[in-house]
Amino acid sequence: MSLLKKVMSGSLSLLVFFTSSLWAAEPEHSTLNLRPGVTDTSQAVFDLHMEVVWIMFAVAGLVFAAILFAVIRFRKSANPNPAKFSHSTTLEIIWTVIPIIILVWLAKPAISLLLSIEDTSKSDMTVQITGLQWKWKYTYLDNGIEFYSSLSTPREQYVDYDKQGTEKGPNYLLEVDNEVVLPIGKKVRFLMTAEDVIHAWWVPDFAVKMDAIPGFINEAWTRINEPGIYRGVCAELCGKDHGFMPIVVRAVTEQEYNAWVETKLAEKAEADRLAAEAALKSFSMDDLMAEGKKVYDAKCASCHMPNGEGTGPFPALKGSALATTGSPDDHARLVIYGKGMMPKFDDQLTDVELAAVVTYERNAWGNNTGQMMQPGRISELKAGN
Amino acid sequence: MHSKNENNKVIKKLLALLLMMTVFVFAMVPLYNVFCEITGINGKVVVSEALYETVEKDETRQVTIEFVTSIKRGMPWEFKSTLYKVDVHPGELNEVMFYAKNISNKTITGQTVPSIAPGQASFYLNKTECFCFDQQTLKPGEEIYMPMKFYVDPELPESVHTITMSYALFNATSDDSNSVASR
Amino acid sequence: MAHDHHPTGIKRWLFTTNHKDIGTMYLWFAFIMFLVGGLMALGIRAELFQPGLQFWEPNFFNSLTTLHGLIMVFGAVMPAFVGLANWLIPIQVGAPDMALPRMNNFSFWILPFAFTLLLLSLVPQLFPDGPPNFGWTFYAPLSTKFGPASTDFFIFGVHLMGISSIMGAINVIVTVFNMRAPGMTLMKMPMFVWTWVITAFLLIMVMPVLAGAVTMMLTDRHFGTAFFDAAGGGDPVLFQHVFWFFGHPEVYIMILPAFGIASHIIPTFSRKPLFGYASMVYATASIAFLSFIVWAHHMFTTGMPVAGELYFMIATLIIAVPTGVKIFNWVATMWEGSITFETPMLFALAFVILFTIGGVSGVMLAMTPVDKQYHDTYFVVAHFHYVLFPGAIFGTIAAVYYWIPKWTGFMYNEFLGKVHFWLSIFFVNLTFFPMHFSGLAGMQRRVPDYNMMFESFNALSSIGALGLGATQLLFMYIVINCIKGGQGKATDQVWEGAEGLEFTHLPSPAPYHSFDVAPEVK
Repeated sequence: MSLLKKVMSGSLSLLVFFTSSLWAAEPEHSTLNLRPGVTDTSQAVFDLHMEVVWIMFAVAGLVFAAILFAVIRFRKSANPNPAKFSHSTTLEIIWTVIPIIILVWLAKPAISLLLSIEDTSKSDMTVQITGLQWKWKYTYLDNGIEFYSSLSTPREQYVDYDKQGTEKGPNYLLEVDNEVVLPIGKKVRFLMTAEDVIHAWWVPDFAVKMDAIPGFINEAWTRINEPGIYRGVCAELCGKDHGFMPIVVRAVTEQEYNAWVETKLAEKAEADRLAAEAALKSFSMDDLMAEGKKVYDAKCASCHMPNGEGTGPFPALKGSALATTGSPDDHARLVIYGKGMMPKFDDQLTDVELAAVVTYERNAWGNNTGQMMQPGRISELKAGN
Repeated sequence: MHSKNENNKVIKKLLALLLMMTVFVFAMVPLYNVFCEITGINGKVVVSEALYETVEKDETRQVTIEFVTSIKRGMPWEFKSTLYKVDVHPGELNEVMFYAKNISNKTITGQTVPSIAPGQASFYLNKTECFCFDQQTLKPGEEIYMPMKFYVDPELPESVHTITMSYALFNATSDDSNSVASR
Repeated sequence: MAHDHHPTGIKRWLFTTNHKDIGTMYLWFAFIMFLVGGLMALGIRAELFQPGLQFWEPNFFNSLTTLHGLIMVFGAVMPAFVGLANWLIPIQVGAPDMALPRMNNFSFWILPFAFTLLLLSLVPQLFPDGPPNFGWTFYAPLSTKFGPASTDFFIFGVHLMGISSIMGAINVIVTVFNMRAPGMTLMKMPMFVWTWVITAFLLIMVMPVLAGAVTMMLTDRHFGTAFFDAAGGGDPVLFQHVFWFFGHPEVYIMILPAFGIASHIIPTFSRKPLFGYASMVYATASIAFLSFIVWAHHMFTTGMPVAGELYFMIATLIIAVPTGVKIFNWVATMWEGSITFETPMLFALAFVILFTIGGVSGVMLAMTPVDKQYHDTYFVVAHFHYVLFPGAIFGTIAAVYYWIPKWTGFMYNEFLGKVHFWLSIFFVNLTFFPMHFSGLAGMQRRVPDYNMMFESFNALSSIGALGLGATQLLFMYIVINCIKGGQGKATDQVWEGAEGLEFTHLPSPAPYHSFDVAPEVK
């Protein structure tokens, strides 16, 4: 990395640091230990962890000391005549009983902590979290806010196959387009489920890690003590981009949270109005292609690849029957409702975006069908016509 | 020393053990369901019809029941509960309507898969009528209101205040099977 | 030895029913698979050396972790132990051969086919959507509805491995039950034989479970069943219960024979009998029993009811007791002994020490509330590599150094052996110790890329892995050199303190046909 680059990335991270510290400080945490986190549960988990660590250090230390002593004191040159004993009932009872006592000692606090972790009752609000390949969908059940949240680190930052090194932001792979916003001091209940395969929603600062299982719901909860930005990841192998579906939670005061809800609802209403307006319009090929490329690169390229050639189990679109000779309506339906490994986009994209991306896939990479899909047709398809 | 006969004796016993374990692994499937029913592992709900026995209503206690629906990919239906949540007394029979509409141009069969959180509550939540017991087939554009009747067992542990019932709607049309070949 | 005649060339190896030949083939097969799996580990570590994707598409990276796990577990560790069982059990119990020699040949020759099936998935012309990519635990529905076409080859491969393991296990049990020398009562059996009999019972009981799991996968994929699919009334979590009902005993299958090996080597070089033979046997048996009732401690984040979590936590903690007994017994064996530090002893000592590290991190992982944070992080990766590499692999290496003079009749190069040991112990810790830290700090398993905060520990692990891999080539050289004559002829007893029929009743090298007349054990 050149000096210039270093200076630039350094100042960039400083800039990010200061802008984010304006309203929420990024918490410091160790890079070699569990973190105490920002909830009573995470603190209790941390304390129990440290207690076990020290006890285990002591146990291992005693064993190693005994081995070291034996190795030095009873080596052949120091002890040429070995003893002959081969058992001692007393000793064997002692080293059966002592570990049992230690384990009982450890189990006691673990049991009470476990009971509190599992107590999801009397929550103040509920957020449904749905894992899907490879993003998270959040639904605030109390007010209907719903959005998808996916990695916002640009592809150029992590794709480095020519091994030139890339410049990376400080929150590399731990940043998303839409943060989850939660109020501090409230008991938030999470309902976890998944759309396709098993995922696991993990935010270390809350000590919450829970599997999201397709077809089933799991519960977890948290009560955040301090405002801030808390980052987590998917912890259960869920396919290709398992390492690329982070979680970002912004914890704010109750007032800020309420204001955020208002804004979000207003934004949603406005977006719906604009989308409905746009859906009535007819777009030119150039407009659709430009918009379609944007949508494709953001939502489709990670599997079908930017060049449309697919990768591994993900089929190519370039020259495929679906995107060339097949009917545009079938093509659009597949994008809208998904099937098998293909996710559904009906609630992820607007009608205009859906129309644009279908048009793009039918005309990019030499697929030149010349066919256009208009948003009006998309809304007709969605209505079953 | 050893003879063929003695070997065969041991081999036969080992093969019996092997057979036993093979039977056991497949028996794990129904056993697991029974186990789920008893313990509510994972909120898995064993789909079976309950009878509304005349149980005593517990007017002093209120439990909040939430309804969450989701539509799986490849399923061009609308599907939702007409209520987001309802407060009930344990022991009373309640009814909630669910709405479904086929918004595609094909006849489609749907199957809902229920799940309950917290898992332990599934043992105390009894459904006397539910669309999730059967598959539904809707023609293009057809819509349907489906009732779900249930009551909460008054024995429900005191610690449970909220029960969430989730319904995931899958496409169960037979030409659209879930096998790998058709993806 | 007048009747030492046997076919030569390829026919000897293809049709052999001799336990020594078959043992040798198993060991070489395991070593080759160890190198193949090791290459994949290096592929993983190369990608993880620094942040960013430098080498592999994420999908292929997942295939590398999957194949690395499967090959090391089923291709390297298990065949190595079966190889040792073949070589050692007959000469340790005073039998002329294994009880079922033709089945023995068959159970070995299945393996190359099984792994060919698995490795064929790497050929892109056959499988354009790539090799299995769902981790060695192949959780549904990632491996069923979402698995690549090669999953079916993987399933048949697992079936074949399972058949091979079961036949091997039956052979061991029948041999030990029916062919012991007169006077060798059960409680006089060498520890390696004891641990292997218990391992064999575990194999017979859990291999059908694994076979059942993959069969259900197969029918879910192709025949319309829905064992693991919620849409059809199944449950993906059921897969995890079935898998870990196999998987946890499997973990002990991969360590019990190593316990047996350490229980031979430590007394020999301490020149003192094994401390607490009876309690060793009982501890091994109770570990095996407990392994059947703790499986769901791998599943603490799946949303089990609290009662289940409590039960599995407590049951798992109990395992620490018999495991502790074994460690303390080994230390007591050395106590007031007269210890020398030849290569096998060094590896056995490292085994005890590093296995203890894996053991204490195991106790940490058993604690449900904290395990929910450790689960699926690099802390778990560190834990199981500490029990598998210094445990199973060091155990096997120690066994090879200890018995190879008996097998070949020659002493290996002691100096190179020590070099091999010190390099191994340095690199094994360099590779796996930093993983504890990156896991605790929040790095999840099975990802090809990570935030810069994990960079330094990953770089250390990658350097360690390269060194660790290269060091094992030295091991190969030492073994080949020993076969070709090494440092001269070995004595019949080989080691000053060695006990057991193979050292007291057989010449070095052990003849092709040994114990045609059973020895008398007092």
